[in-house]
Amino acid sequence: MAKKESSFLNMVLTLFLVTGIAGLALGYVYNITKKPIALSKKVKLEKAIKAVVPEFNNEISKDKQTININDKDSVVLYFAKKDDEIVGTAVETYTNKGFSGKFRIMVGFLPDESIYNTSVLEHKETPGLGDKMDAKKSDFSKQFINKNPQNFKLLVKKDKGDVDAITAATISSRAFCDAVQRAYDNYKNNNGGNKK
Amino acid sequence: MSQWKNFSKGFIKENPVLILLLGLCPTLGVTTSAENGLGMGLATTFVLVMSNLVISLVKNLIPDKVRIPSFIVIIASFVTIVQLVMEGYFSALYESLGLFIPLIVVNCIVLGRAEAFASKNSVFSSLIDGLGMGLGFAFALTVLGGIREILGSGAIFGFNLGFYPLDKDGNPITILVFVLAPGAFIVLGYLIAITKKINKS
Repeated sequence: MAKKESSFLNMVLTLFLVTGIAGLALGYVYNITKKPIALSKKVKLEKAIKAVVPEFNNEISKDKQTININDKDSVVLYFAKKDDEIVGTAVETYTNKGFSGKFRIMVGFLPDESIYNTSVLEHKETPGLGDKMDAKKSDFSKQFINKNPQNFKLLVKKDKGDVDAITAATISSRAFCDAVQRAYDNYKNNNGGNKK
Repeated sequence: MSQWKNFSKGFIKENPVLILLLGLCPTLGVTTSAENGLGMGLATTFVLVMSNLVISLVKNLIPDKVRIPSFIVIIASFVTIVQLVMEGYFSALYESLGLFIPLIVVNCIVLGRAEAFASKNSVFSSLIDGLGMGLGFAFALTVLGGIREILGSGAIFGFNLGFYPLDKDGNPITILVFVLAPGAFIVLGYLIAITKKINKS
């Protein structure tokens, strides 16, 4: 078969057809994968929440409150309930002070306002240094467990706080504290623990 | 050229990363571990095979003057399909590679093979070429990622080899630079030198 000539009509028609078929194919695949993607996102979120609050049995991805901090950033409160009784609140929070910019963590509070647990959702901190804030890599984040920010100063010891910083990653440690503090402030402001 | 030669040239003789030096952006970015390298390599292989196949099928229907935009649309569609499927069914892999998947669109290997091979050869040859080049790319990325993981984290495919001394918290003391960006360049440099030597002899 001879090659098609590059006439104006041929070019327009070809591009139109190529983009049209590509669009149709993509729409088809998108429809098939829509459900699994939504499901895996939900599972991921629930897993992150489960790690930071005690056992619950409500549908947590619907029981939430979003607080917009500014145009781009928001803090999300998830209320964990067991038989309609609040057992904890998971707060999705962030900081812009990380060594490589923004990272997001999840902080869980008990109704008595103490921290139940924390987990890192996504970060770009230096592997081997800042990434030790991940509970899998070091015990840094475990020092927050069972602490009430009212009498546990969320600042690294260098800044006269109560937090032991990660060796050689003071900036990441400070950012982590900043994120936990933001979670606590928003949790308090919205009266999270007492919301029925 | 026999089909076997056509297939195997992607590994050493015309390896896209080590000889042609194409697609270095994802190469340097994702190869912090052997697993990431392999995942990226296989995703690229899929795109390469499918785009080579489709482009060699339609090569006579596309006028020369609009071939590049047409090829790019075809490649980008396959990349998006890979991304959607990966997000839906392999969410763990998507978490570590997600950021780099869209980069396959601009990976010069894919367009390079479309332009240099698929638009001039038969469907079957193009399929074999895509498979060989893709697997050669995956091979290079896995080796690169493996070396960086062994030196930088003391592990391979996430499995701890435990030859590094431990610090007081029980974490291994490793040669951190190999996980960071400069390590990618250092390891790549050595790999290129070794491949050159093999090709010469």
